[in-house]
Amino acid sequence: MRVYAALLHLYPRSFRAEYGDELLAVFRARTRDAMGPRARVVLWLDILTDTIASATAAHVDLARQDVKSALRTVSRSPGFSITVVLVAALGIGATAAAFAVTDHVLLRPLPFVRPDRLVKLYQDQSFRGYSRMETSPPNFVDWRRESRSFAGMGAYTSWSSNVLGASEPVRLDGALVTGAVFGVLGVPPALGRTLTTIDDQDGTARGLVISYRLWTTQFGGRADVLGQSVLLDDEPHIVVGVMPPSFNFPSRETSFWAPLRFTGELMEDRTNWWLDVVARLKDGVSLEQARAEMQGIAAQLAQAYPAANARNGITVIEMRDLVTRQARLTLWALTGASLCMLLIACTNLASLLLSRTLDRHKELSVRAALGAGRDRLVRQMLTENILLTAIGGAIGGIAAAAVVPLVTRLVPISLPIAEVPALDGRLFAICLLVTVWTGVLFGVLPSLKLASSASLEGLKDGMRTGVSRATERLRSSLVVGEITASMMLIVCAGLLLQALWRVQAVDPGFQAEGVLTLSTSLPMPKYSDTQPRQRFYAQVLGEVRSLPGVRQAGYISFLPMVMRGGIWPITVDGQRSDPENAHMASLRLVTPGFFDTLRIPVLQGRDVRDTDRPDGPRVTLVSESFVRRHWPGLDPIGRRVAFAFGDLEVVGVVQDIKVRGLERESEPQLYLAASQVPDGSIIYYSPKELVVSAVGDPRALVPLVRAAVARADPLVPISNIRPLSEIVEADTAARVVQVRVLGAFAATAILLAAVGLHGLLAFSVAARTREIGVRFALGATPGRVMRLVVGRGLVLAGFGIGVGLILAAWAASTLQALLFGVDPRNSVVYAMAVGVCLIVAVVGTALPALRAMRVDPLDAIRAE
Amino acid sequence: MKSKSDPEAAMPLPSAVFHILVSLAEADRHGYAIIQDVAARTDGKVRLGPGTLYRSIQRMLEQDLIAETETRPAPDADDERRRYYRITPLGRQVARAEAERLSALVKLARSTGLLSRRV
Repeated sequence: MRVYAALLHLYPRSFRAEYGDELLAVFRARTRDAMGPRARVVLWLDILTDTIASATAAHVDLARQDVKSALRTVSRSPGFSITVVLVAALGIGATAAAFAVTDHVLLRPLPFVRPDRLVKLYQDQSFRGYSRMETSPPNFVDWRRESRSFAGMGAYTSWSSNVLGASEPVRLDGALVTGAVFGVLGVPPALGRTLTTIDDQDGTARGLVISYRLWTTQFGGRADVLGQSVLLDDEPHIVVGVMPPSFNFPSRETSFWAPLRFTGELMEDRTNWWLDVVARLKDGVSLEQARAEMQGIAAQLAQAYPAANARNGITVIEMRDLVTRQARLTLWALTGASLCMLLIACTNLASLLLSRTLDRHKELSVRAALGAGRDRLVRQMLTENILLTAIGGAIGGIAAAAVVPLVTRLVPISLPIAEVPALDGRLFAICLLVTVWTGVLFGVLPSLKLASSASLEGLKDGMRTGVSRATERLRSSLVVGEITASMMLIVCAGLLLQALWRVQAVDPGFQAEGVLTLSTSLPMPKYSDTQPRQRFYAQVLGEVRSLPGVRQAGYISFLPMVMRGGIWPITVDGQRSDPENAHMASLRLVTPGFFDTLRIPVLQGRDVRDTDRPDGPRVTLVSESFVRRHWPGLDPIGRRVAFAFGDLEVVGVVQDIKVRGLERESEPQLYLAASQVPDGSIIYYSPKELVVSAVGDPRALVPLVRAAVARADPLVPISNIRPLSEIVEADTAARVVQVRVLGAFAATAILLAAVGLHGLLAFSVAARTREIGVRFALGATPGRVMRLVVGRGLVLAGFGIGVGLILAAWAASTLQALLFGVDPRNSVVYAMAVGVCLIVAVVGTALPALRAMRVDPLDAIRAE
Repeated sequence: MKSKSDPEAAMPLPSAVFHILVSLAEADRHGYAIIQDVAARTDGKVRLGPGTLYRSIQRMLEQDLIAETETRPAPDADDERRRYYRITPLGRQVARAEAERLSALVKLARSTGLLSRRV
């Protein structure tokens, strides 16, 4: 009997209350009728299945009823419902999107086998400011031979090449890799095979592995691509494999992987730093052990080859740590901001739900009086709140999925992962989690609180309808919280905006407006000698300059802000500095006209000239900072500079340009005449970036310039056509997105705070109508009453602003690395934030204050 | 709960509901009596569990198919604690409609030879 009574608890309470006794009576009668042990067993089995089935059905019934009635209530007040749904969607969407990106970049394991065991190795030249420098082929070979900590070690370098053999000749970014790279990463190919150490050996046919994207776009996704011959810069390669779409190594732009072979001249120069190294730690070897071992190897190499390796160390870092500190900080800031948003959204929701439940206090009390159990009331309110939050969550989730690609652009990621996180179960799980959190904390708790106060009191007409002091206090602190969070967001957004302006105000050193840039990559070996290149440049530049609307044109090795490296050690005035103190300069080859095209002023001396012949004295132009560093206060013209392959005479000084982008210090610049480079020397530096200064819209010139290049050589592929201004803008694109996102957050937050404040005061004025009426009757002036309401709003705002100032100062100090020198205590920003909050507070209080002033004392008191 | 005056709206009836209606069509009964009556009518084939019974009763009350009755049977047969139920006119209508629906189905089965006419 007792067992069955316990079983009854499976039913909803209301059902149990109504039919519990009946059920027990039936059960009693049946046990009485069931004779013998067998009948009893049958009876119990019967009872068990019956109870479980009908209890479940009863719960489902009830839930369906609740949802139905919730839908009815919800649709009866569409304004309220839409507000709740939108607020929930906003908070949930923002948080889910921010979490999704953070998860993608910082938390999710890299798409390789046991990615925690993957490390990257660098030449550590901290003594001159580069702790993560590429290494040279001879050093890499020594590292690989001497080290015992790694299960495998591979080297690679990015390499772009003209690709012939696919559907059309194209210029593509790829990588040269040693065969071990694929083994180290452990990703199997989608088709065919990967490169292996056999491919490292000279004399074998060169295999080629292509990316999934290249396979589908250029090879039609056909399986017979395997075995196909492809020319990479005129060198035949055989396609041996296709990688899966998720393989983005070393970067997302990588379209193919060709063998990297350390032959002949590559092994000669130990100071030619261009190799990236990736390795897999052996099982049981810790990162620290590997570091210690590599330090030892670095010391040996320093001793054996002091000219190249003195004071060099070896940096070993986990692959995951490739995320820069700035990117990490940005992501955490984003997550923090989105949590602020969620908090504000939740407080608003709670506030909305509280006031609504208070509005319905009478209805609930009536229902309680009519015998609806408290659990029934709570259950129904819960269903309503959860229903609204769930709709909000669904909309927020969809919105999050839509904005995630945009948000990803916040962080320039150097990780070998997909650009945009996959919209998979994790995003869904995140949305669900945030929604449940929101629903429970701010839907369930208010319901419980109010249900506990739903009693007969609500029926008494003269009662101040259910405004308990505790509830008022709770709502007040919610409003204070919202203003605090808004303050933080406004200050951070303001500081980042200041930083953005400051970065944008940086003079890049050249004029980007009206300049068209494009890459005309020169197929090798056809153009490996200087003569044919010069002929090509002469013809292209000659034709382009004669086009209508073209002011000037020129060629350079790499565009500023696109290629940031290209740094060489140099010797000044013949003083052979020891390698560890070698001075570094950014090296570029240029044709005449380049400086004029970008309007980089030649401050002293002259530009390079067509008359600078290969057999004449080699000339160079240096940047101002170069002069400041090496010959302060002296006349640089005629002085001598030497680097790897030659001795140069300084013939001119140009203004510095921001090679490394607006936010970073760039090395001093050294420009060589393209015409004077010895045949086959530093081919990689051969100018292939054409810059054209237009009188009007540079884009209008594209077809004409294309035709000019095609006339010079139809086999030269043209790529990367874009205005220079776009490149400069791209340099601040991440910042612009950051400011926009944070600005949107801040704007929404302050708006929500205003709504919250308004809601609170409006409610309190409505609840205190009688009191206000009495005040009027006792001779209070409208101004006094207004001051009463406004004063309350301002006190709350003041609290919020005060706490907000402290928290904002803290948040800003953590953001310092992103502020580009803007003081995290920038008073203008703080003053602005306080101003905005005050204005919002005044706006939020205005309507309730007006309503309070219009209270008719007679009406108010008559109701008593 | 709004009463559903259209008997068709409740079609087809869950079998427990139909059995309860049939049982109450004959006489007002309390819960256990319904169980016993249904079992007797179906040669013990249908034994309603108490949970199923009262959940059905709850829904049937909401749908106005049955009502609790105030009039008690003869005092000697009465158990004070028990609740008695009677069928409403709507319940009768619904039960009849359901029976017609079922008999139409049987007719259909016969006309296709699926069921022999003897049954």
